[in-house]
Amino acid sequence: MSKPVLATTSLAGCFGCHMSLLDIDDRILDLIELVEFNKSPIDDIKTFTKQCDIGLIEGGCCNSENVHVLKDFRKHCNILISLGECAIMGGLPAMRNGIPIKECLREAYLTGPSVTANTEHIIPNDPELPMMLDKVYPCQEIVKIDYYLPGCPPRADLIWETLVALIKGTEINLPYEVIKFD
Amino acid sequence: MKTSISNIIDRYGNDPVRLMDILLDIQDEIGYIPEEINQKIADQVGISKAELVETVSFYHFFSDKPLGKYTVYLNNSVTAEMMGREKVKQTFEEEAGVTFGNVSSDGLIGLFDTSCIGMCDQEPAAIINGVVFNNLTPFRVKEIVNSMREGEAITEMFKQNYGDGNNSSELVKAVVSNNLRRKGPVIWDPYTPGEGLQKAVSMDPSQLIEEIKNSNLRGRGGAGFPTGLKWEFCTKAKETERYIFCNADEGEPGTFKDRVILTELPKMVFEGMAIAAYAVGAKQGVLYVRYEYKYLKKHLENALEELRKERLLGKNIAGKKGFDFDIRIQYGAGAYVCGEESALIESAEGKRGEPRDRPPFPVDKGYLGKPTIVNNVETLAKVTKILKNGSEWFNTLGTKESTGTKLMSISGDCRYPGVYEIEWGHSIYDILEMVGAEDVQAVQVGGPSGTLIGPNQLPRSLGYEDLGTGGALIIFSESRDLLKEVVMNYTEFFIEESCGSCSTCRNMPVLLRDKLQKILDGHGVVQDIDDLLEWSKTLKISRCGLGHTAANPIVTSILNFRHLYEKRVLRDREFETGFNLADSVRESCEAAGRTANI
Ligand SMILES: Cc1cc2nc3c(=O)[nH]c(=O)nc-3n(C[C@H](O)[C@H](O)[C@H](O)COP(=O)(O)O)c2cc1C
Ligand code: SF4
Ligand code: SF4
Repeated sequence: MSKPVLATTSLAGCFGCHMSLLDIDDRILDLIELVEFNKSPIDDIKTFTKQCDIGLIEGGCCNSENVHVLKDFRKHCNILISLGECAIMGGLPAMRNGIPIKECLREAYLTGPSVTANTEHIIPNDPELPMMLDKVYPCQEIVKIDYYLPGCPPRADLIWETLVALIKGTEINLPYEVIKFD
Repeated sequence: MKTSISNIIDRYGNDPVRLMDILLDIQDEIGYIPEEINQKIADQVGISKAELVETVSFYHFFSDKPLGKYTVYLNNSVTAEMMGREKVKQTFEEEAGVTFGNVSSDGLIGLFDTSCIGMCDQEPAAIINGVVFNNLTPFRVKEIVNSMREGEAITEMFKQNYGDGNNSSELVKAVVSNNLRRKGPVIWDPYTPGEGLQKAVSMDPSQLIEEIKNSNLRGRGGAGFPTGLKWEFCTKAKETERYIFCNADEGEPGTFKDRVILTELPKMVFEGMAIAAYAVGAKQGVLYVRYEYKYLKKHLENALEELRKERLLGKNIAGKKGFDFDIRIQYGAGAYVCGEESALIESAEGKRGEPRDRPPFPVDKGYLGKPTIVNNVETLAKVTKILKNGSEWFNTLGTKESTGTKLMSISGDCRYPGVYEIEWGHSIYDILEMVGAEDVQAVQVGGPSGTLIGPNQLPRSLGYEDLGTGGALIIFSESRDLLKEVVMNYTEFFIEESCGSCSTCRNMPVLLRDKLQKILDGHGVVQDIDDLLEWSKTLKISRCGLGHTAANPIVTSILNFRHLYEKRVLRDREFETGFNLADSVRESCEAAGRTANI
């Protein structure tokens, strides 16, 4: 039987959730045995080459590219998991949600105290660039998400236990320490 | 200007506890509370500037910017919407040349929304420079704005007679109507000030509490806590410096009966406070009144003054040696949550109206950390009558568990909106007949924090056995879109009024609102309805009743009108996003000057 296929991506996140995935320590060797990676920063495959079993999404959606990637993941993954606070709630990037996007862009590129090099006074407008969304959206507002792993980042043990449970079809072991946050 | 501000602060003995009064007076004097004077106020009352800003920034009617020579606060409650608020609002905007939330460029007119102002039986209504204007129409709005342009004084803009009863008295002069439709046997039984109090002082305090307990009187503010028991708890508190608070915050949309009591029978309420004071040995009382009823200030102060002259307040009250008690009036500044008893106390201490963790309850640690009784206006008025006529008499009215009467505030789709005093035990059906309501689709019992019930529940009866209520009934006819017009409005109300302390209450109603909007926009699925019910449960861990009930409009409408939701959701799929990429990138593309390529 071929190994289950795993894909991962970081949208509007800090890569901390991926770091946490690496934090499973030597179990990373077991993971390699357990699954095959497809599109993921872990193996640097840039586009899907096949249908995957599990997709892990770090980060919410702050621009049009995030939306396209997320929809692509939904299409190619049978099970989609929101990994961490940013994917589930928008997280730190969503701090901007209370401020109109126009104001954010103006401050970032035109009027902010650290703006010194933008001598042409433009807000980046190259058609190649992704377009900013009016606010940062959690993933479940854009596509259907099957599971949520809370935490910032979710603990390595939680990620590991989840993957093992899904792959082996066993009950997940969720001790309090793994999902408590205070 | 500087001297006048220190004078104002002086007036209140430089006491930080009186910060609300100080800020209200400054706002009256200057029209707003300029940031530049924050440090000065803070220094003079001896608190930090941060503490001062905490208070100033909390209340809806305090502003750090000028709000216009004429400041219009137009009520945005459901009944206002039902009675034509949208056209009134539009006319204000067109005539004043400014949109809501702003002040016209010449500084003449500021237009703002405000939550329910306690006039649901005479909507649309607005408060303009502290004065209530009711039954507004586009025609009236044009006249009012014209008068503003001509610089008329606000009280000269009335084009109608003053309201009935004391509304037209010299000290009130308001166009507000009592709409008192039914005088019941308790509140409107003939009243001579002092009769209740005389009876009270002829007993000893423990006998008096026994009498209240025997009456089975329960709090009329909504929660229905037994009044005698509350008083008894207070007498058991260790500290002997104790306070009596009367809760006249009346912020629950759809409730306006306390306004009518305070207009017609303020002494009955003050007398009830004095009786409570005698029961627990309090020397000082506070009537906490919502800002929206500021027009009653002189009238209420006058009632206190007369009671002092009649020796029913002050020293050796009602001829009882050593029974000293007096009352001060504390105005709020626009915050529904201040009706919650511990928030009310915080506010009366000059702080943000944030509810406290309970326990300790106010009867143990309330105002200034001392044992405090908080009772509703109507509860205290009833206390006076129970003393006068006896607990046995009170028990003959109403039902076994719900003795006496209830003042109902009735509004919405009916011929005779207003205030009715009825005995407990009537069915909703009876009441609808009484007020002339036809084609009833739904009734909101108890305001937004209560329950939305449908026609099959009209036989249910009013009383603690079944539908306990603070007394608001809002009626919706078949023509109303319950989800869009009612549930949405109520949910927005809770979002606006949350004090923001608890993450649940700060966030969940927003998420619920957005989900409801998604359903209204035609992007809902069945799962969304279930999510609404499931997510609402998290609100139960909030600190106060506001959070606990913030999802009630959504939850009770799903339980009783699920078909209205089902009708709007897509049944052929499991998931549907409400997200639209083109819409969400529009603004940023505009800012960058690029065309969106979706
Ligand atoms: C958000 C909130 C608002 C409230 N508003 C009022 C109010 O406006 N008037 C009132 O009497 N009670 C109000 N209450 C109830 C009070 O906390 C308290 O129970 C009541 O004043 C006690 O008086 P009673 O026992 O005489 O009813 C409110 C409670 C909450 C949680
Ligand atoms: S949840 Fe925390 S760790 Fe993960 S992407 Fe967001 S900020 Fe980084
Ligand atoms: S429940 Fe809401 S209103 Fe009550 S304390 Fe918490 S945040 Fe404030």
